[in-house]
Amino acid sequence: MSAVAESVSKRSTVNRLSAENVTLAYDQRVIAEQLSVEIPDNSFTVIVGPNACGKSTLLRALSRMLRPSEGRVLLDGQVIQSMPAKKVARTLGLLPQSSIAPDGITVADLVGRGRYPHQGLLRQWSAEDERVVQESMRQTGVAELADRYVDELSGGQRQRVWIAMALAQQTPLLLLDEPTTYLDIQHQIDVLDLCAELHETQGRTLVAVLHDLNHAARYATHLIALRGGEVIAEGAPNDIVTAELVEQVFGLRCQVIDDPETGTPLVVPAARKARAERQRLTTAS
Amino acid sequence: MKTRSMNRAVRAPGGLSLRLDLRALIVVALLLVAACAAGVALIGTGDAKIPAADVLRTLAGHGTAYQDFIVNELRLPRVLVGLLVGASLGLGGALFQSVSRNPLGSPDVLGLSQGSTAGALVVIVLMSGSTTQVTVGALIGGLATGLAIYLLAWKQGVHGYRLVLVGIGVSAIATAVNGYLLTKADMVDAARAVVWMTGSLDGRDWDQVWPLLALCAVLVPVVLAGARGLRMTEMGDDVANALGVPVQRVRLVLMVCAVLLVAAATAAAGPVSFVALTAPQLARRLTRSPGPNLVPSLCMGAALLVAADWASQRAFGADQLPVGVVTGVLGGGYLLWLLVTERRAGRI
Repeated sequence: MSAVAESVSKRSTVNRLSAENVTLAYDQRVIAEQLSVEIPDNSFTVIVGPNACGKSTLLRALSRMLRPSEGRVLLDGQVIQSMPAKKVARTLGLLPQSSIAPDGITVADLVGRGRYPHQGLLRQWSAEDERVVQESMRQTGVAELADRYVDELSGGQRQRVWIAMALAQQTPLLLLDEPTTYLDIQHQIDVLDLCAELHETQGRTLVAVLHDLNHAARYATHLIALRGGEVIAEGAPNDIVTAELVEQVFGLRCQVIDDPETGTPLVVPAARKARAERQRLTTAS
Repeated sequence: MKTRSMNRAVRAPGGLSLRLDLRALIVVALLLVAACAAGVALIGTGDAKIPAADVLRTLAGHGTAYQDFIVNELRLPRVLVGLLVGASLGLGGALFQSVSRNPLGSPDVLGLSQGSTAGALVVIVLMSGSTTQVTVGALIGGLATGLAIYLLAWKQGVHGYRLVLVGIGVSAIATAVNGYLLTKADMVDAARAVVWMTGSLDGRDWDQVWPLLALCAVLVPVVLAGARGLRMTEMGDDVANALGVPVQRVRLVLMVCAVLLVAAATAAAGPVSFVALTAPQLARRLTRSPGPNLVPSLCMGAALLVAADWASQRAFGADQLPVGVVTGVLGGGYLLWLLVTERRAGRI
């Protein structure tokens, strides 16, 4: 086998984005040690776990916002920090939790800023930029808002605009940090449907941090359950979401039943009485 | 601020494409015209009045020997220093306000002017230095203050409120130092110090023009090259990083440029108050465009300062005022208005 063929066959078994034995810390506070995670290509991966389990921190490391103090994050076989920033930005997009819409900016202008990594001093606004911006707004259903001011929009519309901006970046990988926070249930489902659609119709690899386990189980094709900076389980929701796992990860007693709509696992927390009963039994034994 | 920005793309074969904001271009053109008109009016003003037509003819080299001396030797340098100082302050202010995401994050509030003043007063009071030495002292004072603010406020990047609060603290310390130096000074030095502290363009000549012009020629292109990245950072560090902007590097480079511009301007003309605060805000209200509005702020600063200098010579009859008095009164009023409206909008 020639060297080229070998490297190609090797590549095909390796996913585009992964973290290898990373230690993640803010200043001195260590969030995770020796953590390894693979993001399967073309998956809709959702990271779940209790508060402060390190799920957003992991996402920050995967998107090179946080440099691991040990270990490395690999994108297409290269250490992500060693790659040119704009090149990474053409491969991997991030929708962070904290984003600020500048005063007096229109929807079309904001979405257009997603084209930054494709632009330069002499290539400021190509016909391609224009086309991609229009298409991104259409896909997210904000095309008719193009001339509106972002600060006039509702929370759900605004989130769609930010997603449109990330789409305009045209990256095969898109990371979303709690994209449904602060939205009411209708808009939460709306945003998740949009993500599922982007994943299914365009084959983009999506990685999202979600709080709601039932949303995660319904939409994810690949689930990563974290606790205390460790991966407790990963795989398809149907294979891994069990009452034992939920108790192990979240410390919550529950039943897992089939979602009547989709057949995916549905977590139903045990009633207060039943949980108290169990508490009594465990302390008695 | 509710008009759609008028962005137009200009494309040439070979992949070249430029994005132009028509409204901003028009604003820049009008401000340049206003700055030049104010400059011509300013040259014509004084004990020997010269009509605008004669000023223009003399500038083109066709005036009488007498006019040539008045216009090109005495008054043109003053106007050029005014234009350059105003442009530097406008651009520096726009950079500071964009990085701190706060109109109050301007060099006047942050204590850079007070730091420059401290440098100048040390030279005037303790060393009785020459005018050139005072300029150097002011420059050193401004740069040292910029460095102090940087060291105190920069913790893994700079954030709006920390910058403003640290700046207000540094400003208070510098003001205290200045007060102490003034009480130590004898009458002659104190009078000289107070004139310097008001900010004035009196007696500026070609020696002040060249260094400022050289500095602007170097720094303005550097700043404009970083403008696209700066625009992205207004959406938050994470968004900008995700778009491939090296946020910390862009910010550091632009802050260094802004400190140099403001320190040099202050060294040349004294702490002309509030131009750095008001120029970017006024420019922004004219262009109605989000983003740092760097070039419009630069032009606005130049126009404002020269117009204020002209007003300070004309408005009060025989009593000529230092330009800093006029910008102080106008800018201070504008600051109050800004505080009230920002408070109403819930941003302060």
